[in-house]
Order: sequence, then C-alpha cells, then structure tokens
Amino acid sequence: MGLVLLSLAGLFIALYLYLYKLGAIGTLACGTGGCETVQLSPQSKFLGIDVALIGVVGYAVLLLLALLALQPRFAGPAWPARLLAVLSGGALLFSLYLTGLELFVIHAICRYCVASAAIVAVTFALAVRELRQVSPGPA
Amino acid sequence: MAAPASGMNRFYLLLGAIALAGIAALVYQVKRPKGVSIPANVTVLTADTAGFRGYLLGSDSAKVEISEYADYQCPFCADFATVQFPAIRQQLIQTGLVRWRFRDFPLNMHPHSRVAAHAVACADEQGKFWEMHTAIFDHQSEWSQQRDASGKFRGYAQQLGLDPAKYDACMSSAKYAGRIQASLDEGTRLGVNGTPTFLIGGRLYSDRASTSDSIRALVMNLIPKAPQ
Repeated sequence: MGLVLLSLAGLFIALYLYLYKLGAIGTLACGTGGCETVQLSPQSKFLGIDVALIGVVGYAVLLLLALLALQPRFAGPAWPARLLAVLSGGALLFSLYLTGLELFVIHAICRYCVASAAIVAVTFALAVRELRQVSPGPA
Repeated sequence: MAAPASGMNRFYLLLGAIALAGIAALVYQVKRPKGVSIPANVTVLTADTAGFRGYLLGSDSAKVEISEYADYQCPFCADFATVQFPAIRQQLIQTGLVRWRFRDFPLNMHPHSRVAAHAVACADEQGKFWEMHTAIFDHQSEWSQQRDASGKFRGYAQQLGLDPAKYDACMSSAKYAGRIQASLDEGTRLGVNGTPTFLIGGRLYSDRASTSDSIRALVMNLIPKAPQ
C-alpha cells in the first residue's frame, strides 16, 4: 500500500513539473527559486526528452505495478515485486544522477526534485522488502 | 501481499480521495490567474520617464546613435537580436562608432510583450538589462506560445543570478508599466508602426530584414556628415 501511495505522490510531483514545462503553470511554488533554474536548465532534458515527462511515465508505471501487486491473484508470484524492485532501483539511480547534476552542474536545488528523489529511495526500499517477503532466500 | 477485502476497500477509498485532491490541486494551478500582469495604456506620470530615455549601450561620444523600437514577442525582433545584433555590437558599438538605445514597443497583438519588457526593466534594476534582454530574445520560442510566460522569465532571472526577492517585488509592483507605455507612446508619435524599427540619423527604418550589413552601411554613410 505504501508503494501505491508513494508512486501516486511522485506522479503528482512529476505532473506539476511537467505542466510547468508545458507553460500551463505560471510560476512554480518554490521559495528558493531554484526550481525554475533547474527546470529551465539544459539538464532538464535527458536524450531530448523532458525529465519531468520521464518522471510522469515512470511513476505511472510504478503506480500501475504497485496496484497490480496488491491484487489477490498476484499475491503468489514474485514477478510484480521483482519488477517493482528493478524499476524503482533504476529510478533511484536516475534520481541520484539528476541530484548530482543539480549540485555540481546547475548549482541549484529544486525542492520537488529532492522530494521525488526521496520518494524513489523509499519506494526502492519498500520494493526490496516486498521482494524479500514474496521470495524468501534459502534458509 | 493481499489484505482483507474490507481493509482494501478502505484503502481504495483513501487512494481515490488522495487522487482527487491531487487532481484538484493541479487543476487549480492551471486555472489560477496569471502570476504577473503588466497593465497597458496606463497614464504616464512624469516620474515614470524622469531621467530615462531608453536602455543605452555604447560610448557617449559615438558618432551615430541608433534607437531600436522592438517588441520582445515579435519574431523579427528576436531574429534581429539573436542573429544580427551580436555583429552590430562587435563591429559598431564596441568600436565606438555607434551608441545603441533600446526602446520598448510592445504590440497589442502580443500578450507577453509587456511582461517581458517589465521583466527586463526589473533586471536592469539589478544591473543585468542586456543579459536579460538577450536571454528573453534567445528563448522566445520557449515562452512565446505559453499561457503564462512569467515563470519562464523568472527562471531566466534566476539563471542570471538576480536576487529573486527583489525581482519578484519589482514584477508584482508593475512599477515600470508607465515607463513602457511612455516608450510605446514616443515610438507611436515618431511614426513607428511595426517592429523592429530603427531611428538612425533622424530617419525611421523598418525593414524587417534589417541586417548588420545594412545598418553598418547606413552608419558609414552618416559618419562623414557627423559634426567633427
């Protein structure tokens, strides 16, 4: 359940930032102003795709998987939990890379990006715990 | 990991409520009024223009002065600013031949022009007029079609290292609305009816395809006539 709630929170953060990128939202609610610096930097795109859009798609996939894993028929097989752990692990690495860019290249911090990175980190931890529960290792 | 059905129902209800609240918050953000609005056709007060007749670049002793009337949302102005102006700056302004005077001429057809002109005026307060001017023209395609461009302008201000609190206070005060209007009125009185238009040696030139070469040729024609 925690995975579902975290993915939903992350999805809303990513949607908020993507709406800003699309120009649908005037200014970001960001006291330090670093959010806009980050969102307008060249690093806000990854391989030509808005990082915020990658976040929207990534969190949507995590949310769907987390909801799927809650269904009784998927209580047995380990693959949903395994997939969740792999995807959230990838997302965590990507978030670490983006946080590094904020700190060492852009020199500005976006609080929404930090929140997203924290969500991804907790999601990964929960996914790994879930995976251990559904597929316990050899005794 | 399956939970009892009643517990799951409560969870889905909670999830639905959170999702609805999130969607409502996003819709509110999209629908809320624009962050910054710079009024048009304001009454120009004497204080609005006291000691100010445009943004200057170049030497006071330059032999020719060129006034440019431009609109930040006008694509021809952006082409001129990004493609032609760097050469003019290098060949004519930095060599002391020309002093450049930039005048705002926000056209009514462009909803973000006044906000852009005001953002640049606020950057000028912090000594970054030309940097902001360049950033806004350079990124015109990024903000021009947006519903609210003020967030993008604030972002450029951030990237240029402006103090965000001072910038925000300046923008929300709309204190330069009168100055921008005065610049527009002045251009209209002179006969400017499109952008970019250049006032060179007392004559208006409004060729939208003005190039650094054509302006250089005009300047060179004027220099022998300039008083020694």
